Amino acid sequence: MIDSAPALELRGITKRFGDLVANDGIDFDVRRGEVHALLGENGAGKTTVMRIAYGLTQADAGEVRVEGQPRIIRSPRDAISAGIGMVTQHFALVGPMSVAENLALGRSRGLRLDLAAARRRAASASDRFGIRIDPSLRVANLSVGQQQRVEIVKALSRDCRVLILDEPTAVLVPDEVNALFATLRSLVADGLSIVFISHKLAEVRAISDRVSVLRRGKLVGTAAGSTDERELARMMVGRPTFGVERVADGAAPSAKPILRIRGLHVAGANDLPAISDVSADVCAGEILGVAGVSGNGQTELVEVLSGMRRPTSGSAAVSGTELAGADPGQVMRAGVGRIPEDRHASLIGDLSVAYNLVLERLDDFGNGGRIDERRIRAHAVELIRRFDIRAGPDDPVATLSGGNIQKVLLARVLSRDPRVIVVSQPTRGLDVGATEYVRSQLLERRADGAAILLVSEDLDELIALSDRLIVLYEGRIVGEMAVADADPEQLGMLMAGRGRAA
Amino acid sequence: MIFVIDLLAATLRNATPLVYGTVGETYAERSGVLNLGIEGTMYAGAFAGFATAWATGSLLLGLLAAIVVGLAAGAVMALMTVTFGANQHVSGIGLTIGLIGLSEFANRLIFAGGELQRIEPMPILNPFGGLGEISAVFDQYALTWIAFLLIVPAAWWLLQRSSFGLEIRAVGENPEAADAAGVNVARTRYLALMIGGALMAIGGAFFTLALLGSFTLDIIAGRGWVCVALVIFGRWRIGRGVIGALLFSLVFSLQFRLRILPGFGELPFELLLALPYLVVIGALALSGRNVAYPGAYLKPYRRT
Ligand SMILES: Nc1ncnc2c1ncn2[C@@H]1O[C@H](COP(=O)(O)OP(=O)(O)OP(=O)(O)O)[C@@H](O)[C@H]1O
Ligand SMILES: [Mg+2]
Repeated sequence: MIDSAPALELRGITKRFGDLVANDGIDFDVRRGEVHALLGENGAGKTTVMRIAYGLTQADAGEVRVEGQPRIIRSPRDAISAGIGMVTQHFALVGPMSVAENLALGRSRGLRLDLAAARRRAASASDRFGIRIDPSLRVANLSVGQQQRVEIVKALSRDCRVLILDEPTAVLVPDEVNALFATLRSLVADGLSIVFISHKLAEVRAISDRVSVLRRGKLVGTAAGSTDERELARMMVGRPTFGVERVADGAAPSAKPILRIRGLHVAGANDLPAISDVSADVCAGEILGVAGVSGNGQTELVEVLSGMRRPTSGSAAVSGTELAGADPGQVMRAGVGRIPEDRHASLIGDLSVAYNLVLERLDDFGNGGRIDERRIRAHAVELIRRFDIRAGPDDPVATLSGGNIQKVLLARVLSRDPRVIVVSQPTRGLDVGATEYVRSQLLERRADGAAILLVSEDLDELIALSDRLIVLYEGRIVGEMAVADADPEQLGMLMAGRGRAA
Repeated sequence: MIFVIDLLAATLRNATPLVYGTVGETYAERSGVLNLGIEGTMYAGAFAGFATAWATGSLLLGLLAAIVVGLAAGAVMALMTVTFGANQHVSGIGLTIGLIGLSEFANRLIFAGGELQRIEPMPILNPFGGLGEISAVFDQYALTWIAFLLIVPAAWWLLQRSSFGLEIRAVGENPEAADAAGVNVARTRYLALMIGGALMAIGGAFFTLALLGSFTLDIIAGRGWVCVALVIFGRWRIGRGVIGALLFSLVFSLQFRLRILPGFGELPFELLLALPYLVVIGALALSGRNVAYPGAYLKPYRRT
């Protein structure tokens, strides 16, 4: 079945960013009708090497061949005309524009804007591969899963023969992952070649014909897609796998609710409520998991609990202190620590690690308006050690890898010993090592008696960490259960709005 | 009645340079570049148009010269902000200062010390001459007709309905996405800035080639800045920007006429002069909330 002539071949790709060698002589190829996974931890260089293939980054050395022919790829335009398409890690869509306009973008011949043709292409993608999107919708109003479909259709509509997907499942819920995999299978059956970037072992095994593993910019090796998880993990991190193990449950949570949410209503866009009548308690030493497909009120719930959004009615109190309508400073002083979904927005990229670590409490590190640099640095050195942050105190945060950025955020929040922790998607986009670390930190806080509200789209994570779960659908709690009673299938149904738990 | 007709005619006339400037600035900003070189570009367009028309005796050549100067000014702005990624505020203000300085320098070289030179300004056309009294509203210069009947619809169509306009908007909204879709971001911004520059310069040339028939110092008198405000007032939409230009021009023309009316004469004339600007500020304050700036406003684009 699989043709042996490589559809895309990378030879000796090397790329340096300053002193850092992001790609070190990488050889990679993908054959016709094959899914070839590229596996590696955060910062291994997966994105970089594929951005080079797509012309978004220029290699320092190396060669790109398409169907045996060397091609010089200076821009995505060159890549597109060579038959390469890419769905980037952060989607490259213009939010305020319609799907049709996004499909039409970049294909101009003359001035004519042929939206009808774009709609036809969307329809044909839906016929051929079952990818359904409404071309008249505004991209900004689509869910991430839908946006991803737009990206795939966009690449297909440019007649790509090789489709690169950079961590396509990072933003999807299980159902959507299954749908994506079905799409990918029908694409390879059609003769397309797919490069699938991921660091999730189970997914890589489920979808790929071959797996190439990168570690610190170097190709460790290429193996069959059926290689077992432990072996892949060993190649990826240099040690066998772990998965999330819940430390044999220390203490059961106390029955003392610290965070008490009552009848919360929050207005959303278009006069629809974002949250309706949500009530929940989180006790000391308990992790309450919030499950749900993104966009079902989780963001708004977290924002209310962080003092960034005013509910229309209802209350959320920490040991009697009302959070509803408080500002973020008051919320923090009430003992709430928050680790938000968008880590980059909570840190200032141009500022050093040391400054970011004290941003929320500058008053403690100065006297009368003067900032005490020495103490800030000492504080940073201490936290860098305690939280195993792989960076210096003076490095600007923007230069850190995703895992280290999350550690900076964790360090900033957890070093203040919050009694309530509101955390959202804590391990999204992190590699196994960093994920394990973040989860162990949360469990440690739980053991210390913190009340933790955990929002995550990763069901395995919710089940591994939480004591209880609530499921949000269209802003309402549609299910609540002890984690021992939860099974993924039932959760999946609830998250999809099908059925309501007793 | 005469008062109203005269007022409406003046409104269209005075709105003309603002329309060119606002449409030009809209193009620049929709591509993601705030072009504060507009004041200088209008000034240079006014001077280049006049000097060329004076030297050659041809208004058409004067207009062409203004367009060339506008294209060049847009290209320089693009060089600074797109190619070099320089700060857009600094580049724009620098461009304005530079162009005003250059124009005044050239003015002194060419018209050294002599008395004020004049050209025969472009004639007034009225295709609706037979409508009686009201037809006086349509006593307008060719550049006014061109602005409202040609430039505005064409610029709207190009920006909103053509693939080039889609590229301009995409590049101003999310250059990464445009780049990944195969759009040449730098080229698109250069073109948007150059088209915008040409329109601004025509707006400037309207003063010398049509309205006044001469070039005087401070001829633009801040109208470029008014256009920058009108673009925001219009929320980066061509149609709303033009409505803003008409509104400003209406108040501007009205206060001129109020001055000579009995009773208003006692008011300090500076107060009346400030009226249109106050209206713009007020309109901005009312409409400026929750405006959605182009996503990549002020941001240079670099591939990583
Ligand atoms: N534009 C850049 N400037 C400097 N360093 C960069 C740049 N882009 C990437 N890097 C660095 O190169 C290394 C490889 O990054 P890359 O994004 O390719 O990793 P990745 O394997 O895709 O990781 P992740 O799983 O987090 O997406 C990292 O250390 C990263 O910090
Ligand atoms: Mg990556």
